[in-house]
Amino acid sequence: MNARLLPYVLILPVTLFLCLFFLYPFVLVAAQAFGGSDGLSLDNFRDVVSYWKFPISLKNTMLLAALVVPVQLALALLMATMVNRMKKGRDLVLYIWTIPLGISDLAAGIIWLAIFEQSGFLNSMMTGLGLAEGPVNFLSYQNPGLVFLAIALAEIWRATAIMLVILVAGIGLIPKEYYEAAEVFGASPWQRFLRVTLPMLRPSLQTALILRVVLAFEVFAVVAALGGTLLPVLMGEIYAYQFDLQNGGAAAAMALIVLGISIVFTLIILRVLRVPKGATI
Amino acid sequence: MKSLNALASAVAAAAFVASSAPLSADVLFWSTQARPVEEAQAMREQVLSGFEGGVDYQPNEDGPWLTRLNAELEAGSGSIDVLGALHGNFSAMNPDALTDLGGLGVSSSSETFNGLAKLGTDTLQYVPWMQASYIMAASKEALQYLPEGADINALSYDQLIAWAKAVHEETGDAKFGFPAGPKGLKHRFFQGYLYPSYTNGVVRTFASDEAVVAWEKFRELWQHTNPASTNFSFMQEQLLNGDAWIVFDHTSRLAQAFNERPDDFVAFPAPAGPTGRGFMPVLAGLAIPSTAPDPEAAKALVAYMLKPETQIATLRATNFFPVVDAELPDDLPPSVKASGAAVAKMSAAPDANPGLLPAGLGDKGGDFNRVFVDSFERIILGGQDIRRVLDDQKGRLAAIMEETGAPCWAPDAPSDGACPVE
Repeated sequence: MNARLLPYVLILPVTLFLCLFFLYPFVLVAAQAFGGSDGLSLDNFRDVVSYWKFPISLKNTMLLAALVVPVQLALALLMATMVNRMKKGRDLVLYIWTIPLGISDLAAGIIWLAIFEQSGFLNSMMTGLGLAEGPVNFLSYQNPGLVFLAIALAEIWRATAIMLVILVAGIGLIPKEYYEAAEVFGASPWQRFLRVTLPMLRPSLQTALILRVVLAFEVFAVVAALGGTLLPVLMGEIYAYQFDLQNGGAAAAMALIVLGISIVFTLIILRVLRVPKGATI
Repeated sequence: MKSLNALASAVAAAAFVASSAPLSADVLFWSTQARPVEEAQAMREQVLSGFEGGVDYQPNEDGPWLTRLNAELEAGSGSIDVLGALHGNFSAMNPDALTDLGGLGVSSSSETFNGLAKLGTDTLQYVPWMQASYIMAASKEALQYLPEGADINALSYDQLIAWAKAVHEETGDAKFGFPAGPKGLKHRFFQGYLYPSYTNGVVRTFASDEAVVAWEKFRELWQHTNPASTNFSFMQEQLLNGDAWIVFDHTSRLAQAFNERPDDFVAFPAPAGPTGRGFMPVLAGLAIPSTAPDPEAAKALVAYMLKPETQIATLRATNFFPVVDAELPDDLPPSVKASGAAVAKMSAAPDANPGLLPAGLGDKGGDFNRVFVDSFERIILGGQDIRRVLDDQKGRLAAIMEETGAPCWAPDAPSDGACPVE
């Protein structure tokens, strides 16, 4: 095999796969979104953006991402450093922490619903301990804040592990010498974390953040399980357009809007956390 | 070892042949109805087992149901033989995608239903299959709080509000239950019950002064409604666990409560407003897609489903009532007896004002429902001004009516051309 051709041959299957299952459907969706009664039009976009729930669902999605992602980042960093320091039982702890990753997001939503429901675990515990007289309804339209918090909590529980595994791998790659040098110069653990770990972790942070932020804009099942229609999010609106209204054009337009937002944030993260050329580990 | 392997594969092959052979001959019945596991099982074992050809009954959510059907229609060939769905599912489809069933010789005994089933063409596009309605149900514990002089079988909305208020004040909990969850059928309450009862219309009167009164009344009722109602979709659950004592829902979504504890609950007609006792019949139908692989077997199955015995078996399995003349036996499940009596009282009430299912909306049925659901979310949950919301939503409703050109249906007065929003 020609050594010059080999890399291309090796990425060929993935490229074909992506063309078939990503690019081709993407073109179809785009055609559907921009398609109107007579040729190209922006009608679908105008429709979905002018709908009264659009600003609300956009705001909810953004707020949720803005709350969930930083908390997850902090938690994942903390957990990754802890795991890295462990001598014994490291694998066991990692396995346990990544269990939520193996659970489907709808199932995760239902687990948390069982906790927060009117007849759920939290309520039975509170009444059992005498903290509340009767069951309190947390997930009602009267407390949109609580619904939001419950969803954020479920999301944090469910998806922190995906950042964790990426960061654990990243931390493992940082050469010990840097830490030894830092120690020699009298750096405190906190300083070592700030000046060595964080900068060296940039490439992993980039990957983890992009993955997590993009997923945050696609939040759906957990919201549907816990909030129902109380907390509209972009993905929920797409589902409603496609299946309740059977309006594929509008659903496609919404999907492109979510894609656009994801691309913008990916570019921002790539730019902010870029690794200067030649500054590799 | 080699012979053992050969034996194993021979057994596997035989098992494969044995399991796949009868499957390929079965008529595929693709349905949005009788979805809960018990109902689907009852359909298979008690209703469809009597059909000679063998039936593969597959119930599904509306989304997947439509996705597969559309894929088969677009491909021009398919494996679905018979479709079972609500009138709304069929009216959203292009009538060309369905085989004309006018020549089949079976139809419902109700001309209103047969008219709906033509989907705007001049022959049956689907055959009416079974019917239901929405009723009220209450836990017997709530009966002691009924306002004085109120007859539970002839309640008015004011009495219902007073009743819910009395329960709320006496027990400290809001015990009226309303299916306002994501899968709840709240829009039907507005379209078939609240609007006909207060405005004697649905489309024409959408933003009328009477409609403002109707929403004010509903807002009053909402004061005494369990705030968790926005998560309720099947009110039988809340009746059974006591979260709600007085509820409104589809008869088949109340059935479990009556079947599990028949002595604890009562079913009764929907309340009446100034313009009568609005109520809405629900209609499910059977159709054959144009891509059916075996249209003859499909037609035989449709004819079989319309036989009086099959209709009674369907009633037992799904709590949906027959659409043909069939003598009801005495040993029906408690839910059927209770809801059947309530529906009969409701439709025979002197002030009955039936609101038909929306017709002629084509694939805009979902948008039409959304107008009402959005009004509910904005007025009741969002606390916005009723007049302002109705005037705003009115534009959307008018656009849907103009786009589809759907003429008015009862109780709106008939229109030439698209039903106007006044």
